[in-house]
Amino acid sequence: MASDPFQSADTANAVSGPPSASDYAGDALFRFIAYACALLIVVLVAYILWKIGGQALPAMQEFGPSFITGTTWDVSKGDYGVLPEIWGTLYSSLLALLLGGIFGVAIAIFLTQGFIHARLAAVFRTIVELLAAIPSVVYGLWGIYVLIPLLRPTADWLHETLGWFPLFSSSLNGPGMAPAALVLAIMILPTVAAISVDAFRRIPYKVKEAAYGMGTTRWEAILKVMLPTASSGILAALVLGFGRALGETMALAMLIGNSNQISVSLFAPANTLASLLASNFPEASGIEVEALMYAAMVLLAITFVVNVLGLMIQQMTMRKFEGKK
Amino acid sequence: MNATPEAALDTAAQFSPQGEVVMDCKLDKIFYGDFLAVRSSDVPIEKGKITGFIGPSGCGKSTVLRSLNRMNDLIDIFRFEGKVTYKGQDIYGKKIDPVVVRRYIGMVFQQPNPFSMSIFDNVAFGLRLNRFKGNIEEKVEKALQRAALWNEVKDKLKNSGLSLSGGQQQRLCIARAIATEPDVLLMDEPCSALDPIATRQIEELMLELKERYTLALVTHNMQQAMRVADTTAFFGVDISAGGRTGYLVEMGNTKEVFENPQEELTRQYVAGEFS
Amino acid sequence: MSNAELTAAAQESELPSLNRQILERRALKSGLLTTLTWIAAILASIPLFSVIYMLVVQGGARVDLEALTALPPAGFEMGGGFGNAIVGTLVMVGIAAIVSVPLGILAAIYLAILDPSSKIASLSRFLAKVLTGMPSILAGVFAYAAVVLLMGTYSAWAGGIALAVLMLPTVVLTAEEALKMVPQRMKDAAFGMGCTRSQVIWKVVLPTGLPGVVTGVMLAVAGAAGESAPLLFTALFSNYYISELAEPTASLSILIYNFSGMPFDNQIELAWAASLVLVLIVLVFNILARLFGQPKV
Repeated sequence: MASDPFQSADTANAVSGPPSASDYAGDALFRFIAYACALLIVVLVAYILWKIGGQALPAMQEFGPSFITGTTWDVSKGDYGVLPEIWGTLYSSLLALLLGGIFGVAIAIFLTQGFIHARLAAVFRTIVELLAAIPSVVYGLWGIYVLIPLLRPTADWLHETLGWFPLFSSSLNGPGMAPAALVLAIMILPTVAAISVDAFRRIPYKVKEAAYGMGTTRWEAILKVMLPTASSGILAALVLGFGRALGETMALAMLIGNSNQISVSLFAPANTLASLLASNFPEASGIEVEALMYAAMVLLAITFVVNVLGLMIQQMTMRKFEGKK
Repeated sequence: MNATPEAALDTAAQFSPQGEVVMDCKLDKIFYGDFLAVRSSDVPIEKGKITGFIGPSGCGKSTVLRSLNRMNDLIDIFRFEGKVTYKGQDIYGKKIDPVVVRRYIGMVFQQPNPFSMSIFDNVAFGLRLNRFKGNIEEKVEKALQRAALWNEVKDKLKNSGLSLSGGQQQRLCIARAIATEPDVLLMDEPCSALDPIATRQIEELMLELKERYTLALVTHNMQQAMRVADTTAFFGVDISAGGRTGYLVEMGNTKEVFENPQEELTRQYVAGEFS
Repeated sequence: MSNAELTAAAQESELPSLNRQILERRALKSGLLTTLTWIAAILASIPLFSVIYMLVVQGGARVDLEALTALPPAGFEMGGGFGNAIVGTLVMVGIAAIVSVPLGILAAIYLAILDPSSKIASLSRFLAKVLTGMPSILAGVFAYAAVVLLMGTYSAWAGGIALAVLMLPTVVLTAEEALKMVPQRMKDAAFGMGCTRSQVIWKVVLPTGLPGVVTGVMLAVAGAAGESAPLLFTALFSNYYISELAEPTASLSILIYNFSGMPFDNQIELAWAASLVLVLIVLVFNILARLFGQPKV
């Protein structure tokens, strides 16, 4: 086009010039590749679902819903059910959530509400982050050789004196629910603490000022103003911590005892979906692999629901603080 | 310009309040760490009046106001030397619990700061905090009425306090502060975040509130001080020692301070020669 | 008004005491809660110190040249080590990083800069968050179905890909955060000089956001190095040094898992030593992440 006004500008000044054709091509190509990579995440999730689902399909067709309600896992009879594993997964995660939640929120309060000097708080935060950096298999090892021997005297005493109480109805012979849930609690504590700390920190200073201006003591300010204000963030922390507990594998495979039974006793061995996969997969073949894939789908569904719930609560919290609503 | 500490003491001494003094602030020094923020200022607060604090930015007027209910205790490096008596008790005394002080001496802040709870719960907060046993609904309604907010929110008491406009939020904060019937209400530039219409409403509200409460008001707006304050305290900044130390230059009847200031510095400030 | 008069006025108005009352219920409650909070904080740090103590005392005693280089011992054998497991872990983490880092950063560029509010961006951002919450063992199940069954053998490839699936969302989300932090005025300046969008990204956004991106990558690597569940039935284990990528491969975490259940002291000591090495590897990447994460300027 002869009438391009930039042509004349181009000749008038030797430095300025339009990007070359290869610049344009490179730009388009780069943007396409980046787009493809963003799309890849979507494709990957779909592919994961399709691959695991496809492998699980024969077992799904054969066992149907009775897989969820069945209580035996018998390779020789070809009888597969995961109710004890679902129970064990939920029970261990709830116990861990109870402990890890209380401690996690307490630590978040401890770190954000002026109990210790800011520099000491930073040290403590590093300690909590280090807790998160220790691999789960190391926690498993620690659980076997430190925690279980430590728990046994107490567990035996509780069983002997309070054995009529369902929680203590069996003795701790090595691995069991209590050590597993304790280690789980330690593992989710950093998650709960970190997200709760964020929730407390997001509260503007003026809210704290308002509370103290009304004549609250520190704990009245924390319990009546700061906690309610941070509550949705803390809820998200708890749900995400719960999600993490549900999927934790190695420490549980090493500590829970891999026993196919449903019991409320804290000292009885149990099993979870993830540790079922971990302990049975390497030696499985044929229909058992398909059944394990089915169990993986069940685990995926449970964690998906819990995580989406956690993300939604977290999103709601952020929106609340951005002033919408 | 004569800005020695002695001069400041002299001028402060010149003001002798006629009415009953509810709070008497005889401050010697306020430090933030090593930084001397305010020195030697005597500020008596009279019952049933509005005492305005004016002065250029950095003169410590907010700092002085905030030391009247020990809000500054929240800042670690804050240090107060001197005496603030509230009805004869030194609120900086060793045995005094700052929490209790703040229950009798309420505060409204620069930024509206409602809690993220319902309008009703915001106002009822102080009542519940003080374990009020009577009719909470009635008290909340009365506080909202006195804060001139009742008509606007009476149908949506369950909505979040954060859903209100800026001016409404500030009146909500005033309602929250007066629901427990504190003796003294400290207001730290309560209109600085508000538009002119909302400012007008808050000012009218202050004039009504002084019938029942004693008010102290920090403002950066001289017109506001002229409109609402009975007594005005003018703070200046002393940069002679190298730092920026605030001190009370002059205090007196608002009309006097604005129309016939005793100090040259005051005259320059109220004439708008610096700000 | 004199002081005496003031005091009299105070008595007249029946002013309740402003004094601190130590035995009041409120004060007691506060004290109790504060004590409990301190106890909670101290209790929560005990496991960490206990783990560190065990790692240093039990593991430190066995970390020597033999442990770091020799092959794992069988049954009643004495001595031995986990050299092949260290190499295997590094190789698989390397594969995972090579696969996930470029893809993750490119995806982050799309999410943070090219089209942050498009449907596809919000969908992949959401799915990336969901993926971070996916149990790590499911990445192993996926890699088993997608790679092991396809290749017909357990392999370093399968282990690496399982780890890559775990790393990808972390890389994407942290890189997106880092790139979003690049101030708009810098981008405006580059656009103002007539840069194309990819020129803006390559010349301004990526260099400026690089520390944050590297931090995210290091954290993802640290997480992957400590993982064991996804390797259980993808890389399996091997008692020998890795000779090709398409064969079962040893890793530190699986070695610890295998040895932890053995009734031999030698193996258990080696499990502690391997734990110490594994924690140190994870720690190095964590520290690197912090170093890079130091804000410039």
